[in-house]
Amino acid sequence: MSMLRDITIGQYLSGSSVVHRLDPRTKITVVGVFMIVLFTAINAQAYVVLVGFAVLSVVLAEVPPRMLFRGLRPVLFLLMLTFALQLFLTRGHVLFTLGPLVATWEGLRQGIFMVLRLLLLLVMASLLTLTTSPVSLTDGLEAILGPFRFVGVPAHELAMMMTIALRFIPTLMEEADKIMKAQMARGADFESGNPIRRARSLIPLLVPLFVSAFRRADELATAMESRCYRGGHKRTRLHRLRATGLDAYAAAVTAGMALIVIGLRWWIPL
Amino acid sequence: MSCAAAEKEIIEIDGLGHRYGAGTDYEVKALEDVDLRIVRGEFLVVIGPNGSGKSTLARHANGLLLPTEGRVLVDGMDTRDPNRLWDIRRTVGMVFQNPDNQIVATVVEEDIAFGPENLGVPTEEIRRRVDEAMALVDMGEFSRHAPHLLSGGQKQRVAIAGALAMRPRCLVLDEATAMLDPRGRQEVLRTVRRLNREEGLTVIHITHFMEEALEADRVVVMDRGRIVMDAPPGEVFGRAAELEDIGLAVPQVIEVRRHLSDRGLSVPSSVLTVEELVEHLCQSRR
Repeated sequence: MSMLRDITIGQYLSGSSVVHRLDPRTKITVVGVFMIVLFTAINAQAYVVLVGFAVLSVVLAEVPPRMLFRGLRPVLFLLMLTFALQLFLTRGHVLFTLGPLVATWEGLRQGIFMVLRLLLLLVMASLLTLTTSPVSLTDGLEAILGPFRFVGVPAHELAMMMTIALRFIPTLMEEADKIMKAQMARGADFESGNPIRRARSLIPLLVPLFVSAFRRADELATAMESRCYRGGHKRTRLHRLRATGLDAYAAAVTAGMALIVIGLRWWIPL
Repeated sequence: MSCAAAEKEIIEIDGLGHRYGAGTDYEVKALEDVDLRIVRGEFLVVIGPNGSGKSTLARHANGLLLPTEGRVLVDGMDTRDPNRLWDIRRTVGMVFQNPDNQIVATVVEEDIAFGPENLGVPTEEIRRRVDEAMALVDMGEFSRHAPHLLSGGQKQRVAIAGALAMRPRCLVLDEATAMLDPRGRQEVLRTVRRLNREEGLTVIHITHFMEEALEADRVVVMDRGRIVMDAPPGEVFGRAAELEDIGLAVPQVIEVRRHLSDRGLSVPSSVLTVEELVEHLCQSRR
């Protein structure tokens, strides 16, 4: 049952590239802006700019491309399905027919755009988690959501939950492994039978795991209280996020990219 | 500086009683009529069998539990005063039994910083305190490690450093060695003993390992919610029969000492460790 050990959280690749050194707040914002801009792109020229931006980011991040492609494999089917649906279901000038299915030129164009859109989305999102450690990702999210505290976004609480989840995932994995072995030693079978049977055989694993997770939560709360934890109010941090000139460059390039892509909607309509 | 007697004591416990679930059908009396004074710089060990109330007593020291009878004063502050609660908790640091369930962050130094961060200490000062605390427990080289990859003894040292970073006057170890292997226990005890001697930190160590009481300044033995003995270790272990009555095993050295004196070879009660016993026997043969 070493399968539980193989699961790693996040997929952070440590490094010291330009992208690694960016402030997490900058990276999260850049990815956010990129995703919004992506959905305003409606012509080939805009996609050229977007693809160029993504390629530049990947090159600057010094992440081996196969790491990115590995993340794309599970969605390959979805990409192909999307392409086929667009190709055959869009009305327009006939490209070719395949039995009852009619492929159109407009469909081809839509299909390529849609697949590009999804690909770019995934590449940029993986690039964020590949170049940002979970700790700074959490810090970055807390800082970005901070201003929305006044409209009721619990920024600190969300960040604290993420931190605790990251801290306890390996601990609970180890525990699940231990319980599984203990149950197997007494004849439990987790691997044979149909899916329903297999799912049912997980009950003797999940019940003790939940009980122990609640006990851990209780003890952790006591320990946190003993260390004077009383929420995010007036809390200071060991690591303060610091934006540098690099972040200014990244912000400028991103803003430029966004302006061009949005502008292209009007300059070159369809 | 107002009163010399009050200045000497860091924790004063008077007539303390605690009932869990008071007023319900499930009321359990966990502590009764406990009087205890803990002097600054003291190394106090509290021992007792399971259910003797030693953990309940420990949790009164920083206001995690509040007395249902009597009172607890920490550095002159009453634990029932909600305005002083956070001052009390920064005065008395606490380390718990399960090392996994008290580490909050995913990086050692960030966990140690958790206490000072909660206190609102400025960033530069947190850095100083974290480095200092890591050095005190000898974990400096692990500052960027993930806690779940450390050994039990190392995790408990991180937990101790986390308490130290709040600059407490007193450290309470609530069965902090119970889940560790012998080597981890040694690591933790050595660290705590050094902090007590070199930094003058008051230590209250709750345990059910009798050997750990041997080097204390004073041993408090608890049974069924009451203090039954309160004396230096030599004296406590001299009353082996009483200890066995309440279900506590005497350390081996004390056992050997007793058998020796039964056979006519008297060993003074000041002999508490294997080394001291060997020394004494070698000298008396001459």
